[in-house]
Order: sequence, then structure tokens, then C-alpha cells
Amino acid sequence: MTQSLLSLSVTELAERVRGGAVPAVEIADQSLRAIRERSDLNAFCHVAEESALAAARRLDEQRRGGRPLGKLAGVPIALKDALCTHDQPTSCGSRMLLRSGDDGREHGWRSPYDATVVERLRAEGALLVGKANMDEFAMGSSSETCVYGPTRNPWDPERIPGGSSGGSAVAVAARLTSAALGSDTGGSIRQPAAHCGVVGVKPTYGRVSRYGLVAFASSLDQVGPMARDVRGAARVLEVIAGHDPKDSTSADVPVGDYEAACERGVSGLRFGVPAEYFGDGLDPSIRAAIEGVIAKIEAAGCTVTPVSLPHTDYGVATYYILATAEASSNLARFDGVRFGKRVEAPGADLQAMYGASRNAGFGREVKRRILLGTYVLSAGYYDAYYAKAQRVRTLIRQDFDRVFQDVDVLITPTSPTVAFRIGERLDDPLAMYMADVYTLPASLAGIPGISVPCGLTTVQDGRDSSPELPIGVQLLCPMFEEERLFAAAAGVEELVRAT
Amino acid sequence: MTITRDDVLRVATLARLDLDDDSLDELVHELDRIVGYVRKLDELDTSDVPPTTQVAVSSAPLRPDEARPGLPTEVALREAPRSTPEGFRVPAFVDET
Repeated sequence: MTQSLLSLSVTELAERVRGGAVPAVEIADQSLRAIRERSDLNAFCHVAEESALAAARRLDEQRRGGRPLGKLAGVPIALKDALCTHDQPTSCGSRMLLRSGDDGREHGWRSPYDATVVERLRAEGALLVGKANMDEFAMGSSSETCVYGPTRNPWDPERIPGGSSGGSAVAVAARLTSAALGSDTGGSIRQPAAHCGVVGVKPTYGRVSRYGLVAFASSLDQVGPMARDVRGAARVLEVIAGHDPKDSTSADVPVGDYEAACERGVSGLRFGVPAEYFGDGLDPSIRAAIEGVIAKIEAAGCTVTPVSLPHTDYGVATYYILATAEASSNLARFDGVRFGKRVEAPGADLQAMYGASRNAGFGREVKRRILLGTYVLSAGYYDAYYAKAQRVRTLIRQDFDRVFQDVDVLITPTSPTVAFRIGERLDDPLAMYMADVYTLPASLAGIPGISVPCGLTTVQDGRDSSPELPIGVQLLCPMFEEERLFAAAAGVEELVRAT
Repeated sequence: MTITRDDVLRVATLARLDLDDDSLDELVHELDRIVGYVRKLDELDTSDVPPTTQVAVSSAPLRPDEARPGLPTEVALREAPRSTPEGFRVPAFVDET
């Protein structure tokens, strides 16, 4: 078994390295080899072979020297390419951040600093093996709009892995790494986690520093972990969470003991099932899988109550106004002056240089969103679109506040469908946006959510093969209640695995 | 049609985004569909609803306003497409004639 170490969970692997049973170099070797062997999945856009091996050698020396190792010692982790790394290029999946190097090839931008979450992972001994592919500037639900080409789902390479953190989800699902970081603006961690059969967490807005995360929509963006089990995600979140003076939206709220919370299970929790998440458009096999989980929770002695979040249906429209407005402002920094792509015709003035650079650097979906965001913010339209959406956002938040007076955890499907075929929705932006219908409301409300694998379904799509594809169940809790979220998620994971 | 060709060209100018002519008609059509969809919010009466601009600012403290070292000039300029030793080089934008 060449990949036996990579089949271990985050916590098992770290404990073996800390105990001296496994050298970190051997894990780094296996991860780097697995990444090379599965290059067909296109999960990575940069592999940090030398720096990962060097970090592993340092860990092994540290252990031989009798010095204590960190909580993620020897754990290979993939970073979404939206996270800045001082020793690896960052491209955010965009041509905008590629430049021709001295060797004639295109390279991603080199950040002068590490993102805070990257610093924290390094400090705990994680092996940062590379940068994972993503939709350009995190704008997508399929990881198809990346400048490096589409990422493929390991369960069926003809299908998308979800997005925008698709490469991160694939790295974990295909056992190329033990964990990954993604970023979630409207579902970009939870939805690919569901499509790839892994655990994905969107923490509370403000829980994790965004310093060094390339900004998409600043009132929504949040960094979070992916792993193959709930406990592994809990450990990674414990490492990256917590106040950071470098991010003015980072909350000064104590980080809980998420791993210990996993021991509690579902006992004593009151679950709510929002009717609006089970309406038209939900794949019957996903409905059946979620109902199966709910039955197990009831059988375990929990109360399960039907609840209503009446403004759910307005989530997609609200999100696409607010997120694009914020993106149009955030992406103004890509102007060809300080970094990234620059196109300058002879004699062109500054405005012409801006316009030409941005036209050449941005892909189609990014342009669509910049235009939409500029439109909803422009004179004469601001009140009708942007201000209106901010008010509806309040209604969506109030829906959650109301139901959390009566229940502790909400349980819903993560995605209305299983992973769709590559190319299927690329020319239909609205159909693509609907992939996030169940994840967007929690992002708008700022509350934490997790997707946990809860079963497989066989798809009959008229081809020779009938692939089995994973289904994810989403759990949601009130703001800063990550401990409760992990207790519920670990409990649900155990109930699912018991059958 | 809510969105016209002129709307898209006006917005593209505001966004400092040149658009290729061959993509324009399709963009107009796509944006019109999306704007048509998001008008769904008009179904709701929000006249008495306050806006949400941020969800968690109350728990995010401000840090002291103290001077700290920034990036060294040569590091800040390292990725610039065009630079001088002192700064970023851009095309002329002030008419000095």
C-alpha cells in the first residue's frame, strides 16, 4: 500500500508523527507522489515539493532533538490558491495574476507575506504541499473557470468537484492530502465538500482571519477547513481560528475546544428541519438520504422539529447583488500597476492601460460579476438593487434568529443535486448560481455551517458507467457556536457510519 | 429588456473594463437575465426593515493606531510590471502641455 499513511485521519497521522512512529518525510513523500500520480484530476496548480520536504525534515530533526511537535505535525495540507504564501506562487485561478517569468513560462504572483492562517498552519507543523485549483477569484460553483482548466471529481472524472474550493476538496477526497483549506463566500467550502464526499466547514463570519486571503466579497468571505472526518476538520479549525489584529473583521471571541466537542455527539440537541430546503428542485435521492439521517437522529433520542425560514427563496438574488457589488470594488485593485497582468499599447494613456489589462486578465464569469456589481451600485440603481438586498439580508438573518430560539441545530441538504457534468452549466450562469441555493442563506447570516458526507447515490445518466456520487448533509448553528456544530456533526457522522 | 447595450457599455466604462465587441451581445443578454431574476426582491416590502451591512462588527475590536514598519520598497516593487527604483511606472495621466 503506497498510500497507507494518507488514508489515516488528520488526528491519527499527527499523533503518529508526534509519537515518532512515522517520519514526516515519509508522509511528505507519499503525498507528493500521490499528487503526481493523480495529476489527471488537476487538483493542484502548484506543488511545493522542495519546501514541503524541507519542512518535513525539520520536523523529524525537531523530534529527534526531543522538542515537542505541533498539533498538525506532519499533516499534509492543500491550500486554496486564494491564500497568500511567501514561498509559493498565488494566482487565484486567474490569468490576471500570471506573469511571464525569465524562463519564458507563466508564473503566479509571489506574495511578500503569508496569510495568517498559513502562518498558523506552519507553526503547528503542517506540511504545505501545494496550492489547490479553484474557480477564478472564487467566483463559481464548479471549479471550471480556473485559468489552469477544470478540476475533476475523483468519483467520476467527467463531473465537476463543486466549487469554488474544488481543488481543495479533491485533494482530500482522492487522498492526496489529509486536509485542505478553502474559502467560503456563498458555499464554496460546503458545496465541493458535499460533491466530493468530505467534511467542509464554513466558520462564523469573523472566526478566522482573512489577512492574506484574496478578497472576493468582504462581508461574506470566510476561510475554513476540509478533512475526511469531522474531528480532523475540528483540529484544523482550532489551529487557524482566533483573533488577528491584521483583520479588522476578525472577532475577539475565544476559540473553543472543537475536538473535545466531537466527543459529545448529538445527545440532548434539538434539531430543526426547514421546510424551504426540501422543496422543488431537490434531487429525490438527496431528499431520501437526508430524511434517512433525520430518522437516525430521532432514533438516537433527539427532538426533531419542522421549522420555517420563509425568506430562503430570496437568498440567491440577495447574494448575487451583494457579492457582486463587493467584488466589483475589491477587484478594482487589479489594474496592471502594482502586480499581475499589464497590457499597454504604445502611446496608450493610463485609462486605456487599465481597461486593456483588465479585459485581458479577467475571465468571462469575473467580468459578468464586475459588470453586475458595478451596475447595482451605480447612480439611479443603488436603492433599487444594493440597498434593497441589504434589507432582505436582514430578513434572512431574522429568519435564523427566530428558529434558533427553539432549536439548536438546523439540518438540511448541502446541495440540491449531486455533482453535475463538466460543461453542463457553464453557459447558464443562473443555473450555476442555483447550485448554492442551500448554502447562501447561512453565508448571508454569518452563521457557521458544516457539510458531512451522508451517503452515495448511483446516477443513471445514459452512459456506459453509472457512477456512485456522494451526498452531503448540512448542519447550521448560531454565530460563534462552533462547538455545538462539531458536536452535532461528529454525532451525525457516527450515526451515518453505524449503518 | 431591462439591460441594454448602452447600459453595459456605461457600466464597463465605470469598471475600467474594455470589452471585446464579439462578447458584448452575449453579455447584454446574460446580464439582462440575471438582473431580471434578482428583481425578485421587489416582491418583498422592506420599507420598515433596516439594512445589514456587516454581521459581526461588534465583536471585532479596533487595534491601537500605532505606526508600524511597512514593506521595504524593493519588496513592494518586486511584482510590478513596470517600475523605477522609487515607484511604480505608469503611462502619463496628466497633460503637461
